[in-house]
Amino acid sequence: MNWFTEVEWSPYVVGAAIGVLSWFTWLVSNEPIGCSTSFSRIAGMIERLFRGKRVEKKLYYQEVKPEVDWQVMLVMGIVIGALVSALLSGDFTWQWIPSVWGADIGNNTAIRLIVAFVGGILLGLGSRWAEGCTSGHGISGTMQLAVSSWISAACFFIGGILIAQLVFKVIA
Amino acid sequence: MNTKRMRLFWGLVFGIVFGFLLQKGGVTKYDVIINQLLLTDFTVLKIMLSAVVAGMIGLYLMQGLGWIKLRPKAGSWGRNAIGGLIFGAGFALLGYCPGTIAGAIGNGYLDALTAGLAGIVLGSGLLAAAYPRLKEGMLKRGYFGNVTVPQVLKVNNWAVIIPMAAIIVVMLYLLERAGY
Repeated sequence: MNWFTEVEWSPYVVGAAIGVLSWFTWLVSNEPIGCSTSFSRIAGMIERLFRGKRVEKKLYYQEVKPEVDWQVMLVMGIVIGALVSALLSGDFTWQWIPSVWGADIGNNTAIRLIVAFVGGILLGLGSRWAEGCTSGHGISGTMQLAVSSWISAACFFIGGILIAQLVFKVIA
Repeated sequence: MNTKRMRLFWGLVFGIVFGFLLQKGGVTKYDVIINQLLLTDFTVLKIMLSAVVAGMIGLYLMQGLGWIKLRPKAGSWGRNAIGGLIFGAGFALLGYCPGTIAGAIGNGYLDALTAGLAGIVLGSGLLAAAYPRLKEGMLKRGYFGNVTVPQVLKVNNWAVIIPMAAIIVVMLYLLERAGY
């Protein structure tokens, strides 16, 4: 049981285990691990609450149905799994401002939330634009050797490294 | 349980395992992700590349045995390069990605639960709104379809898998030796 109460495992053990997990998601559910489509479905379900059934007529929601599917359940599962892991190791904390952000940019909660919101918008837009995220393209697509996924994954990091340097080395 | 319920149940089970692993790997934390993008901590890459090595070998073995049929996604430069760069900018500002933000919420991180989550849902909705115009425009630019690296190089899958696994292992070894 000691293992389960440790705060951090070797990244190689975690990575290999995620690789093995993906064998089983394919074998049992015929699905790659992915996350970002779920946020499109959730956006559609929220839009439907306000605007009714006509939302389902939108071209995008005809292709990506606003409903709870396998992957939406996977994303819910991530919340639970991370919570269990954090509670077992005593690593769970309510926290508004991450420590690197606090040290380099400051402890103003409003600024952190505004930047997180803008970042979230770009992340949602970009992941659906590219049709995948760090899991769908970065892990599941690259391991299938898909050209689309290797290009996407490279661009995630190129864009990410550039903007991180800009924020932390130039602005802050 | 009927088939549909069973499917959703398995989605949840796999998600719980995935979330548990992400948290144990440390990647539910903003600090770990931003330090990767600042190139001072390589945990994110170590996890992703180890997953790729283990996953790639297993999936192609299983496909060879006829157990599964892989589905590489179709793509285009306009879709994957532009979308990827927009994603990257968001990744750096938010410090979580669509999977790890779910883990961050489970970890108790409130910037993820409030502004971050709201932003991702809004951004996904914006893409849905712009989709009719993008679909025949930018998303089609430089279309190359659902090809894999071995198909582009016109070689056997294993002629890519084995060298790629070897390169990744050597890269990770050198990264460790360099003290990262």
